[in-house]
Amino acid sequence: MASLNGTSHNPIDDELDFSEIEAKYRVDFDDGFDSIIVVDGVPVIDKSKLDKLLAKISKEFSRRGAVIKPDDIFVPWDDNAGKTKGFIFVDLGNPDAAAFAANAMNGHPFDAKHTFRINRFTDIEHYASIDETYVDPTVEEYRPKEHLRAWLADSQGRDQYVTYRGDDVEIHWHGKPSQCEVAYAKKNWTELYASWSPLGTYFATLFRQGVRLWGGPSWEPQHRFAHPLVKLIDFSPCENYLVTWSHDPISVPANLPQGPEFFSPEDEGNNIAVWDIKSGQLLRTFPTATYENEDPAMKKQMQWPALKWSSDDKFVARVTPGQHISVYELPTMGLHDKKSLKIEGVVDFEWCPHGEKDKEDAEKAAKTEKTEKGAKKRENMLAYWTPEVANQPARVTLISFPSRTVLRQKNLFNVTECKLHWQNQGDFLCVKVDRHTKTKKSIFCNLEIFRVREKDYPVEVVELKDTVTDFSWEPKGERFAIVSSNDPNLGNPGPGITIKTDIGFYQLDRAKNDFKLLRTLTSRTSNTIRWSPRGRHVVLATVGSSTKSELEFWDLDFSTEERREGQNVKEEWGSGIQQLGSADHYGVTDVEWDPSGRYLATSASAWRHTLENGYAIWDFRGQELEKHILDRFKQFIWRPRPRSLLTKDQQRQIRKNLREYSRAFDEEDAAEESNVSAELIAHRKRLLDEWNAWRARCKRDIAEEKRSRGQKLNGEHHEEEKEEIEEWIDEVIEQIEEVVE
Amino acid sequence: MRPILLQGHERSLTQIKFNSEGDLLFSCSKDHIINVWFSHNGERLGTYEGHNGTVWTIDIDSQSRFLVSGSADNELRLWNVSDGKCLYVWEFPTAVKRVAFSDDDERVVCITEQRMGHQCVIRVFKLNHDGDGTTQSLEPEHMFSPIGSKATVCAFTYTPNLIITGHESGKIALFDVVTGTEVLNNERAHMDVVTDLQLSADRSYFVTSSKDKTARIHDTKTLRVLKTFTTETPLNSAALAPNKPYVLVGGGQEAMQVTTTSLRQGKFETRFWHKVFEEEVGRVKGHFGPINTIAVHPAGTSYASGGEDGFVRVHHFEESYFRAKPYGDLQLED
Repeated sequence: MASLNGTSHNPIDDELDFSEIEAKYRVDFDDGFDSIIVVDGVPVIDKSKLDKLLAKISKEFSRRGAVIKPDDIFVPWDDNAGKTKGFIFVDLGNPDAAAFAANAMNGHPFDAKHTFRINRFTDIEHYASIDETYVDPTVEEYRPKEHLRAWLADSQGRDQYVTYRGDDVEIHWHGKPSQCEVAYAKKNWTELYASWSPLGTYFATLFRQGVRLWGGPSWEPQHRFAHPLVKLIDFSPCENYLVTWSHDPISVPANLPQGPEFFSPEDEGNNIAVWDIKSGQLLRTFPTATYENEDPAMKKQMQWPALKWSSDDKFVARVTPGQHISVYELPTMGLHDKKSLKIEGVVDFEWCPHGEKDKEDAEKAAKTEKTEKGAKKRENMLAYWTPEVANQPARVTLISFPSRTVLRQKNLFNVTECKLHWQNQGDFLCVKVDRHTKTKKSIFCNLEIFRVREKDYPVEVVELKDTVTDFSWEPKGERFAIVSSNDPNLGNPGPGITIKTDIGFYQLDRAKNDFKLLRTLTSRTSNTIRWSPRGRHVVLATVGSSTKSELEFWDLDFSTEERREGQNVKEEWGSGIQQLGSADHYGVTDVEWDPSGRYLATSASAWRHTLENGYAIWDFRGQELEKHILDRFKQFIWRPRPRSLLTKDQQRQIRKNLREYSRAFDEEDAAEESNVSAELIAHRKRLLDEWNAWRARCKRDIAEEKRSRGQKLNGEHHEEEKEEIEEWIDEVIEQIEEVVE
Repeated sequence: MRPILLQGHERSLTQIKFNSEGDLLFSCSKDHIINVWFSHNGERLGTYEGHNGTVWTIDIDSQSRFLVSGSADNELRLWNVSDGKCLYVWEFPTAVKRVAFSDDDERVVCITEQRMGHQCVIRVFKLNHDGDGTTQSLEPEHMFSPIGSKATVCAFTYTPNLIITGHESGKIALFDVVTGTEVLNNERAHMDVVTDLQLSADRSYFVTSSKDKTARIHDTKTLRVLKTFTTETPLNSAALAPNKPYVLVGGGQEAMQVTTTSLRQGKFETRFWHKVFEEEVGRVKGHFGPINTIAVHPAGTSYASGGEDGFVRVHHFEESYFRAKPYGDLQLED
């Protein structure tokens, strides 16, 4: 029985004595000074003008949204002078209104000479009663922090990964079978999902209240970012900044703690927040980008990351579709040059990633900056595209930043959609252009490849007849792979439909300087390409299908293994491609290489379906190393590694002495193997002894039981009866009728 | 060797059983018929006709003289094994879900379904072995209703008047049939319905299968879980292989869900696990529906599986099965 106004009138209620509860929750009206503000800077006047003044003040307040009546104002009176004292008290009725009025009217120009200065009444009390004597701030004792990258110093050189299953989050070490162990486990560590920062330093978990970062060998909490109901997060490439997004606009309730780490009233209504990770401070908030005059039904899915970072963390940019790209400078988060890049119709853009060489150069430049200034630094680059508008063709533009000079433009026709793919070293940019025929009935695909490192940014076009569904550059390489399809079912996915695809590998032909087809694999179902982070190896997977779940492991430099470096054997184009193995992981939803490129993890997440959830780890040849089928398994992520600290020379040295190193590793492996089997045998022996002991006990019990019942122990005269079954099979081979004369 | 395919049923199998010598194999099915086969060649010896509903369960006494069967037509029937005559019929308010002989063949325990306002009842009948077996007492010797979750499977222990029951909640319990009291229980033995329960030869331990995707070996005396075999599919049956340290388990996605998910190869397999090490040692495929019931020859020379697909497959183990020692020479008590 629910009553409308929350009070029910049961006959029982009248008999109950509420006085105790009422006393407990009684609101103390005497202390309610929170609703009163003090207004300074009011004109000093005498009695005759008082009414007029009060009316005017009330009007001004009300005009700004803080509705008061002259009755709410108390004017202190200087009896000696017969005039007011120049300040007044205003009772707003409740603390919220008082806070609002204080904000709205503070600094309000009442007239030419008078400007209102507003304080809360309680604040004045508070500051007036501050102890004036100086107290030395206590210096907090220095506590050495744990090294956030301690996992890299693992003596066995293992990688880590995190699994999220049910409510359990576990961080595992992955190595040889005996070295696999759980590094840390915690229940309810996250409420949504878990994430690593891009260099693996931090581990982020999401809660209703916000994001928390963890790190160090004991997984101490490092930072927290109070963004209520946060749904998405994104790190900047150098892990200096964090972007968070919540579907619910930020609201700042009055009791929210204030400070640089928290939202202030200016942030209200925004969805995206940018934080400085090291200090934990809020830098800036943004609303979610919305398309102009768009049909809400046609609303596109929000792009994430909404803010795109240049790979040196110096700039962050966001696009307002159709209008401009706004680039903000870090760490101030101020709009660069105070103006956005106005680009009519812009749809999407991407920063050019910095290659390892760029980073080395930058580091060198930073070191020598003082001595030789003016050395030419490579500017950041970004590419954007605009669709066909009116008479203008679609266009892909490459500009440098911060100089904002256009480096290259390419016009395109009959464009439906463009996708920008940078090679991870920033050497090439591929624009995957979905084009339509004149009738707009069929779609085909062009790949416009910009060679960014060369003069004048030459562009080359690879024309394809089919629709390309996935494109992927080989990391640090000159190859790429595409998934193309001409399946009629493409575009109308349904249950049980697996789309037939073709996989194509292309490579830069150094002689001709263009990209040539290496090989096509036809009639596959693979829809996902995963290059090993070190290049060369690639895995083709059929993800998200209910019937097919194949994994194919390919090596693109197979035959060059034998060839010594420098020896230039003329070999057939594309002959180095070799399939190393194939495997199957039913219901696979995610495929991820470990940062070393030695292992591949596949997982079937309960977020997608509930059939055989779990994960498996394979080596690069497609041999299964581990497989765990776990109910309610949700997430698997390898911990990323930062760039190697070894210099080019050191790396070369290691490669040269690889044989020596590998001998040591082989020995380790052999020792490991015998170790494992010894352990296993001991374990089995233990199980066996336990079982036999228990069986002996059982037999004694039964014998006793039977004896007590006066039965014969039939176990003793149990004769081995063996039944011989003889089966006679007559087979007529031939029947001949002969007439005997 | 090729398995022998027994194609004598038109609907899915519910239970199969070898007699104590292992020369006969009994099977019952949802098509109302009980069949008996020669286990060595798969020839059908005969049928036991008379039930008017799914035959859920059967059991054979150690002399291969009597066969009892429980059916969805609410009847418990006693049959003469050798000529297929129905000797006696008991009728209850609800279906009979499980029957089992005691180790001395003197008694039969049966479980009736909880339905239509009737509780799940466990009854124990004392059989009259005199004469042709047609004179039996209509009234049970003992009867009681377990409190709480209904029983799904049961069997006599080596102690007279003590039965083991497996329940819908996953509970395993020991009941004294005389008093009807629960002597001992293990509430968390399984996390879901117990689907099968088969005893070791001396009844000192038993294996259960459950929809919670595990099979477990329990100590009859203490009901302690000794071993757990975890699989990826709901299990319908588990059996112990005599003379070899193996447990055979079978199951598969439930028939209801099979149509909505893809038919995956390898899900309808009989899986062999080492019963002490809890490691899987092998699989046998063949059925194209979930496996409902598994039985092993009492001498451990062959096994049979009955599936939702309506087939019984009898596999005679090959020479290599007996020779193979995947874990080396082990001194293992059966």
